[in-house]
Amino acid sequence: MRISLFITCYNDTLFPHTGKAVVSVLERLGHTVDFPIDQTCCGQMHFNTGYRRAAYPLAKRFVSIFRDAEAVCIPSSSCVAMIRDYYADLADENHDQELAADLRTLLPRIFEFTELLTDCLHLEDVGASFSHRVTYHASCHGLRSLHLGDKPIRLLRHVRGLDLIELPNSDRCCGFGGTFAVKNAGVSTAMLEEKLDAILGTGAEICTACDNSCLMHIQGRLHRHGADVRAMHIAEILASENREREGTP
Amino acid sequence: MTLITVDPLKAPSFPKAAAELLRDTQLRRNVAHATDVIQHKRAALVAEKSDWQALRTAGAAIRAEALRHLDRYLEQFEKQFTAAGGHVHWASDADEARRIIAGILHDAQADEVIKIKSMTTAEIDLNRSLESAGVRVYETDLAELILQLGHDQPSHIIAPALHKNRHQVRDLFAREMHLPDLADDPPALTEAARLYLREKFLKVKAAICGANFLIAETGSICIVESEGNGRMCLTLSDTLISVAGIEKVIPTFAGLEVLLQTLPRAATGERMNPYNSIWTGVTPGDGPHNMHVVLLDNGRSNLLEKEITRQTLQCIRCGACLNTCPVYRQTGGHAYGSVYSGPIGAILTPQLFALEHAQSLPYASSLCGACYEVCPVKINIPEVLVYLRSRVVDKNRNNLSSVFSQERIGMKMMARIFLNHERFEKAQRMARIFEKPFIGQDGWIHKLPGLAGQWTAARDLAPIPAQSFREWWRGRKASQ
Repeated sequence: MRISLFITCYNDTLFPHTGKAVVSVLERLGHTVDFPIDQTCCGQMHFNTGYRRAAYPLAKRFVSIFRDAEAVCIPSSSCVAMIRDYYADLADENHDQELAADLRTLLPRIFEFTELLTDCLHLEDVGASFSHRVTYHASCHGLRSLHLGDKPIRLLRHVRGLDLIELPNSDRCCGFGGTFAVKNAGVSTAMLEEKLDAILGTGAEICTACDNSCLMHIQGRLHRHGADVRAMHIAEILASENREREGTP
Repeated sequence: MTLITVDPLKAPSFPKAAAELLRDTQLRRNVAHATDVIQHKRAALVAEKSDWQALRTAGAAIRAEALRHLDRYLEQFEKQFTAAGGHVHWASDADEARRIIAGILHDAQADEVIKIKSMTTAEIDLNRSLESAGVRVYETDLAELILQLGHDQPSHIIAPALHKNRHQVRDLFAREMHLPDLADDPPALTEAARLYLREKFLKVKAAICGANFLIAETGSICIVESEGNGRMCLTLSDTLISVAGIEKVIPTFAGLEVLLQTLPRAATGERMNPYNSIWTGVTPGDGPHNMHVVLLDNGRSNLLEKEITRQTLQCIRCGACLNTCPVYRQTGGHAYGSVYSGPIGAILTPQLFALEHAQSLPYASSLCGACYEVCPVKINIPEVLVYLRSRVVDKNRNNLSSVFSQERIGMKMMARIFLNHERFEKAQRMARIFEKPFIGQDGWIHKLPGLAGQWTAARDLAPIPAQSFREWWRGRKASQ
């Protein structure tokens, strides 16, 4: 299968290793990865902060770049949620019938990374091995918009050597929320503290998720506290093939 | 606590009020504990209904139908309620409602009134205006009594004194009811309230209540409650005034079949409310003979035109969104500067004030979606929040302090950068240069200036990697 990668703006800039991991997993499974170089951002930050007018051209841009893709892989559930939940509204309120029509045919070909593996490629074992204690944080958009359910968990359960520890209250928001983390920094931090208590309580070495945005927020606080738990995108775990080569976290 | 006000005209912004409340560890423990308890009860009772999702859909449809033809259903209600011997009053705003109610009480020569818990009367600050007009008001719901005696404000739609624990209630009752030896166990506290209130029920001849539902088809009013204080007020009084928002109407009696299944489960985690009162006008020799309804608009009709805003009025005030909200969990209700707190307050309050006030409320959410998931009438609160944020941004488009705000300038720049991938790449390179002076000895960023400083106030930041993904990809392609 030819899979087009939408890396997302912040992964491209801040988490290139997540992108490399996605490429590594998909190629290992025998697929061809394509990266349209003119891609930028899905418009989520602008849309969610109230800059709806700025989000519209970005939505158009995304759809025109990926319109003909066989499948689009996005390693960020909140960006997938933006596209699935709100692009149609943007087309509608801008009376853009072309965008609406292109979107309708494109949407069924858009997959969050773990969705792509489980729903499109029908896989649970991607041949990974990773000998660490891991806990999984269910990010809100993955949980409530994409309804990922136990898909990421099923993938993690098939990773050789991985010891998966359930995170208490895993359905509770970590407090990131995009610009919420800055506009309401006090409440965001209070929410994060509760999440950290839960993560540290598991004794896991790694906290993983399908969204680097939540993980950046969690990792930032873990580092501030001097905790040696590491936040790591699920793609990086699924890309690991043996513990010798991947080293220690 | 100086910042607490539930008047959106005077309330500080959400982040400012939250900052103060976050320091109150006792309050936060009380709120977290209480919401955990209610959430678990709710979850267990929702789980036993195999048709819960169908009930949500049906409830949403009933409420949406009422709002789509609100004029018709309100007039039908008025006709039926009047035919059954009641009087209907229309109030366009809080002031008009207060004047109407004062007039009715004056005509009934009532200088005392007993009250059933009602968010709508709290919205119009009725108690204070009645007191200043010389009418003594007695709240009869236990939690409302706690607030009244403590000169406090509601912090939750269903459990307005949820921010207080029983030790605090004990101290308050001991002081206000002159019971120095009062114990702090729930039976002792409720017994004290019961004795205090029983005298009022028997003595006071005028009562004020809200309404859970107005039924257009029959002209009936429905009130559900847990303590029986409502039943006392509704049956022992001579004059009864119900204050209801215009959105409270439902088309048919049969609609209660759905809503009385979802409301108690979502609200208090009960299969059924202990007291369900439904009455249709006046019955000679039985109950109040002087019966009034005040239908309050107070900004509601502004929400009717657009479907996206109209759904806000579907709310049946169960409070489930508050209990599940991770933001409310940290601050409690007082941070929202309105009697309507939590996620529903964050969308309702700014809309009732046409976004002239409470502009920080649509941003008081991480958009986690837990509120939408539990809402028994399927209000897509996150969708409304982001819509209202766009209205705030549009409204402030020509406002000078906003035009030059770091946020607006930053958003404008980013929007331009994202329109062109070469510009985006250039910005990625620039960011790596700009952040250099802020990278600490341990290789992490601990402090950033301006808005970004809000991030580093609590969290470290890893520096931007030397190579972006696209740079790596391009290099890889070239070497293949």
